[in-house]
Amino acid sequence: MTTNPVAMNIVSGEGYAVRLDHENDCVHLAGSLRLDGLSEYAPISSLLDQALHDRSELTLDLRELEFLNSSGIATLSKFVISARNHQDCALRIRGSNEIAWQGKSLNNLKRLMPALELTFD
Amino acid sequence: MVEDYGEIYPLQHDRQAECLHLSFWPGSLPLQQRWRNNGLSADFLGDYVTTFFPLDDADPATRRRQNEIRGAVGFIANELLENAMKFHDERSLQPITVDMNLQKQVILLRETNAAAAAEVERLRGFVKQLQTSDPGELYVQQLEENALSESTAGMGFLTMINDYDADLAWRFEALADSGFRVTTQVTIRI
Repeated sequence: MTTNPVAMNIVSGEGYAVRLDHENDCVHLAGSLRLDGLSEYAPISSLLDQALHDRSELTLDLRELEFLNSSGIATLSKFVISARNHQDCALRIRGSNEIAWQGKSLNNLKRLMPALELTFD
Repeated sequence: MVEDYGEIYPLQHDRQAECLHLSFWPGSLPLQQRWRNNGLSADFLGDYVTTFFPLDDADPATRRRQNEIRGAVGFIANELLENAMKFHDERSLQPITVDMNLQKQVILLRETNAAAAAEVERLRGFVKQLQTSDPGELYVQQLEENALSESTAGMGFLTMINDYDADLAWRFEALADSGFRVTTQVTIRI
């Protein structure tokens, strides 16, 4: 896993990359995320928390996220709960109709945060 | 002593069924190196079943179905393998095994590993909770609780049930030396 300690704009490892795009208020997640437990997801959680901070809106772009294991689902859910509790930032998640798991699992996030805007391309 | 939660079905070995069997001893390699194999094996199982759900270019529903089955098998197999790696008792002489049995109306995925008594006690508690709760409510409750802790307990199983409409069953068998042999069976309808 490689991280940029100065800006923490990218967290990447074998088969995946998570990138914070400051200009567009967007975090892109791509590849297959199968890390071992919440501790291995910690750098990604930090990047997401950083993205949420001082923003009025944020988009998570998951359209290239092919695979997410249950620890990753838990990480994403934790983040959505924290966004819900941090009410000054509107959260939007963009998924893909082409990736089977997204149609199933992303809807659960709406149950955690009804104000979440979930769209599928 | 054999303790079952739900019904454990026999694997079907005949002309009506396809079967893949994997078995390995995790102690032979460091966990970190093994972990990569979980994804490779799970993807392989997911890709393998697509052979039996061929595409028809004239019918877009076939692509969706193939995608869904690949996704379901890939996710479930990956979770079973990750659990096996996390909870297997490396002192045991038992291997970890994974079977995928493709039958006419169901795909059956089965994983076995050895586990220490304390681990089995925790899993038994979760299984009992599952039997007496609504899985949808338990899923959201677990997510809310996880948000306040460092645990992701049961999330994989709850995702299988809620998102993939899977049926789960477990078997615990006490081993002669110590600990248990744990079988987790996941069935999805096709």
